[in-house]
Amino acid sequence: MHRVKAAELVSSRELMVNLTLRELRGKYKRSVLGWTWSLLNPLASMVIFTIVFSFFLKVKPPVGDPSGLHNFAFFLLCGMLPWNFLNNGMMGGMSALIGNANLIKKVYFPREILVSAVVAAFDVSFLIEMGVLAAALLVAGNFMIPWIPVALFIIAVLTMFVLGIALVVSVLNVYFRDVQHLVGILMMLWFYGTPIVYPITYVPKEWKGLPLRHIYTFNPMVRFAETMRDALYDLRIPSWNDTLFLVVVSVATLALGMWVFSKLEGRLAEEL
Amino acid sequence: MSSVITVEEVSKRFRLYHERNQSLKIWMMRGRRATFEEFWALRDVSLEMEEGKTFGLIGENGSGKSTLLKCIAKILRPDSGRIGVTGKVSALLELGAGFHPELSGRENVYLNGSILGLGKRDLDRIFDDIVGFAGLERFIDTPVKNYSSGMYIRLGFSVAINVDPDILLIDEILAVGDEQFQRKCNEKFAEFKDQGKTVVIVSHALGSVRNMCDRVALLDHGRVKELGPASEVIDAYLGGVHADRPADEENASTTTRWGSREVAIERIELLGSTGMPVTWVKTGDQVTVRLHYAARVPVSQPVFKVVVSRVDGLEITGPNTREGGMVPDSVAGEGYVDLVIDNFPLLPGTYDITASVQDFSCLHDYDVRHRAFRFDVEQGEPRESTGFVTLGGRWRMAPLDVTR
Repeated sequence: MHRVKAAELVSSRELMVNLTLRELRGKYKRSVLGWTWSLLNPLASMVIFTIVFSFFLKVKPPVGDPSGLHNFAFFLLCGMLPWNFLNNGMMGGMSALIGNANLIKKVYFPREILVSAVVAAFDVSFLIEMGVLAAALLVAGNFMIPWIPVALFIIAVLTMFVLGIALVVSVLNVYFRDVQHLVGILMMLWFYGTPIVYPITYVPKEWKGLPLRHIYTFNPMVRFAETMRDALYDLRIPSWNDTLFLVVVSVATLALGMWVFSKLEGRLAEEL
Repeated sequence: MSSVITVEEVSKRFRLYHERNQSLKIWMMRGRRATFEEFWALRDVSLEMEEGKTFGLIGENGSGKSTLLKCIAKILRPDSGRIGVTGKVSALLELGAGFHPELSGRENVYLNGSILGLGKRDLDRIFDDIVGFAGLERFIDTPVKNYSSGMYIRLGFSVAINVDPDILLIDEILAVGDEQFQRKCNEKFAEFKDQGKTVVIVSHALGSVRNMCDRVALLDHGRVKELGPASEVIDAYLGGVHADRPADEENASTTTRWGSREVAIERIELLGSTGMPVTWVKTGDQVTVRLHYAARVPVSQPVFKVVVSRVDGLEITGPNTREGGMVPDSVAGEGYVDLVIDNFPLLPGTYDITASVQDFSCLHDYDVRHRAFRFDVEQGEPRESTGFVTLGGRWRMAPLDVTR
């Protein structure tokens, strides 16, 4: 059974590519600015967050070690772009099955492909955003070129993590439509529970005897944001501890996602 | 002959929700998601379909034939039993499923083709065939949202049939496109059979099933009731079903109606030789088509017309009362118009009746009921098998005596 599934997935590569292209091409058709939107959106949130958190609330970005970079916008983007990818992948994954109900009811193909294609499409925009960020960093004098492989590795691990979560929420959302509302609230909580608009040093080490910051770092997104900053903002190798943690968590999440999906996909065509 | 589709004791259960709740709150309060009844759409169905044969699935609405087709196509997963399929399957359940409206026809061909399991190289090879078959060369780079529904379906059909499957699954005989496209489809089906490919058809059009299929399974409430050669099963089915099919109801699925309705056609009836309403007749029977009308206001010189067409839309004949020399000065209230046919000339098959009433110029429609009544014709006298109409001719032979 598992071997059949694997063979199916391998033979569906072409479909995966085509569905990803469909997502990418369909997204900005008929909008005047087209692809520019995928850059304007993060740019706009960057400006807003910078004004609110750096200007009004006086959040101080740390000084890059050893890079010496000291800039809130760069600090913010290194954490925000991975976060946006997670957010987009989850939200997109959630509507991947419902939005393609017509297809699921009429044609057979491995249903995981629909979710994977959405995540892959966001991966592409994520990579483009990171490319622009890298160019901006170079202009600002942060020579991050040797760190590109590290960043790409983190992106690959993050993709596994996001895909795993997207698989779970996509199929749960078919059975319980209020998953999407629940996820909306959780995402807000998760966003502020991750050092994106503030540095991790703002989290107290201890609070009423609890090792708060230690607990805090069990949130995988904390470590994704921190390792990405290690590579691009500070220009240093992320700690082995963080890297190993992320790889283990992401592989486990993906495995869990695939397992949940295969358990629940049987009645998809009826429930949609 | 080896069987390419093996269905072993397959059962499929559906949930009928009383009130559908997809909400966590209710689920937590009740401990379950919704109240539902279960019903078995398929119950211990076992079948074998042989390579190179055309297999028909017939039965009433809700008998499980479409469910079985979807199980074979792997869209639904049976609750128990096993389905083994050898070869590449293409299912024509809905044409153009998965077309993205904003993308061009070209992009959609590649997308839809890969959904049906084809690689880019294969698609490059058959791309011109697909487009040519659909007759859309000029529009292939236009977004499909600008296509007419006919173009949309033609492209969908063309992709599905050109992906070169080993097994083709068809739900309802496809009556798509104009006559020329119809002919191309029929040629393609014939080609398919010649190449030794397997076709599974779900249909209500018994006449077409009889003509196209080698073997037929009759499903009834999720169980296989009859299984065997096409005409045997269909005869058994007709024996049982015509008695309880309501005869006074317009029963065709594709009913469209338009007109200003000063006078309306309330009901279409087919009367057999006994004068009782029927839904099937035999070749050579005395048959009456009765149109019950009701006039809201007095209408002068209405013209009634009965068009008989094949299920694919080809019009066979269309007599009207004006050409028949019977136009009343005016009608008011209710009544009926009969068209009496002494020797019914249609050969076995499934046909539709379009009934209309127009003004004397035949330019204004009071009421048109397009293909509103479907009926079957069964074997009668004379016994002929070619075409769809008998000329009612007699054969004569005069051998010349060459020995003299």
